[in-house]
Amino acid sequence: MRVVVDRVSKTYTDRSGRSIDALRDVAFTVEAEEFVALLGPSGCGKSTLLNIIAGLLAPTGGGVWFDGDRTGTGDAMLSAMVFQEFALFPWRTAQKNVEFGLEEAGVPAAERATRARRYIELTGLAGFETRYPHQLSGGMRQRVGIARALAVEPAVLLMDEPFSALDAQTRQLMQEELLGIWDRTRKTILYVTHNIQEAVYMADRVVVLSRRPGQVLAEVPIELDRPRTEHMAGEPAFIEAADHIWSLIKAQARAAIAE
Amino acid sequence: MTGPRTAVEDRTRFLVRRDHPWWRVLAVAGILLAWELFARAGWVPVLFLPSPIGVLREGADMVVSGEIVTHLAASLQRLVFGFVLGAALGIAVGVAVGFFSIAEAVGTPVIAATFPIPKIALLPLLILWLGLGEASKIAVIALGVFFPMAINTYTGVRQADPLLVRAAVAFGARRWSVIRKVMLPSALPMIFAGLRLGAGTALLLLVAAEMIAVESGIGFLVLHAGNLMQTTKLMVGIVLLSLLGVLSHWSLNRLERLAIPWRHDH
Repeated sequence: MRVVVDRVSKTYTDRSGRSIDALRDVAFTVEAEEFVALLGPSGCGKSTLLNIIAGLLAPTGGGVWFDGDRTGTGDAMLSAMVFQEFALFPWRTAQKNVEFGLEEAGVPAAERATRARRYIELTGLAGFETRYPHQLSGGMRQRVGIARALAVEPAVLLMDEPFSALDAQTRQLMQEELLGIWDRTRKTILYVTHNIQEAVYMADRVVVLSRRPGQVLAEVPIELDRPRTEHMAGEPAFIEAADHIWSLIKAQARAAIAE
Repeated sequence: MTGPRTAVEDRTRFLVRRDHPWWRVLAVAGILLAWELFARAGWVPVLFLPSPIGVLREGADMVVSGEIVTHLAASLQRLVFGFVLGAALGIAVGVAVGFFSIAEAVGTPVIAATFPIPKIALLPLLILWLGLGEASKIAVIALGVFFPMAINTYTGVRQADPLLVRAAVAFGARRWSVIRKVMLPSALPMIFAGLRLGAGTALLLLVAAEMIAVESGIGFLVLHAGNLMQTTKLMVGIVLLSLLGVLSHWSLNRLERLAIPWRHDH
């Protein structure tokens, strides 16, 4: 399915009664099986937009549409979220965390276990099923987060800076693994990040947002072959794309610091 | 380079806390021994201070005669009924007040107004309403347990991580699932703290309630023995109360380890 973000606006009212424009007329489309990165400086409303797409927040203007046939998808959800802070349930083992969405969808226990099993193996969690989140490293925790999201077999996987809480080495490895998983599952992915290198390395297309009020500055297609490797960071296409994006948001990022 | 050297020492050594198993045993044994010797010296009449061994012997006699079983069974029954009733109601009200804004608007002022009342003061009223029988005893214990449970559950539910609530909703959870799968487990540590508080209150109210118009129970045993100046018997009752307190604390600890496995195996 493709996701159509149709002129979405979001206005907050802060405590002193002033209204703040977080997003203004944001419009773009994520095609089926596409990996799109949503990039912008801090405070540009990236997470707000992702929450609106997930149905966790109501926009004040515009709307989000999922285009495509939903017959034959069974209990599959429109979207599933991977959170920056993992947001695992501490009282559930890895396995039970992965099964959570399936429970809510009313999937019978036996099928739940088989399906969880599949995504536990896919994300490299085999052998850790009975661990509680606090017994897992950051990288393993986010694997659980990814498996939990994949298990509901969503039309679109929404990822909110999923690796930014990890150390640099773990992040690098997890990026590679996510690309591998994407290659095997062909999920449509919308990936929020503030890291230009990460966006260029992973995405087919980078949607660049301005700072508040968030607006689409540009959509930058990434002309790099798949599968991506870390050596591509030296290729002209990579450097060109990264430079281009940096030039778009440099002034904005500078203004964000001064704020 | 040569010359005077200064070794770096671990400056945190005095902060290290160690387990002293022998000191635990020694402390209890020492107090009992001192008490026994003091009682045997005959400086104080037995009427005022019976010896530990005397208390033990009296307790054994009362076990054989069945007296202890009768009193203990009566007290335990009141305690368990009152505790379970009060805890269940307290958790239910705490969850409702913590989750539903209307229940919060109604519940918080009512609880704030009724919570400070010493529950013993309500016993005469409860006897008036429910009669002199078991119901009024159970009710006063339930009331005493209800408040710490309701307040702690409410606090626990309100402290549930909003991120986890959002995650649950993102994966399809509706109201009831959010309560059952996020808010209740989040509140469990607070609920157990409430159970511990409630257990203390329950014991206190049990003894108070058993001092009015009853023929059985440890409270009755203590009061009755006191009236007859049977100090040794009275001490048996007090030791029983202490044991009940230790037992409830121990079983709550065990229960907590079972109920909150994600917190106890670091």
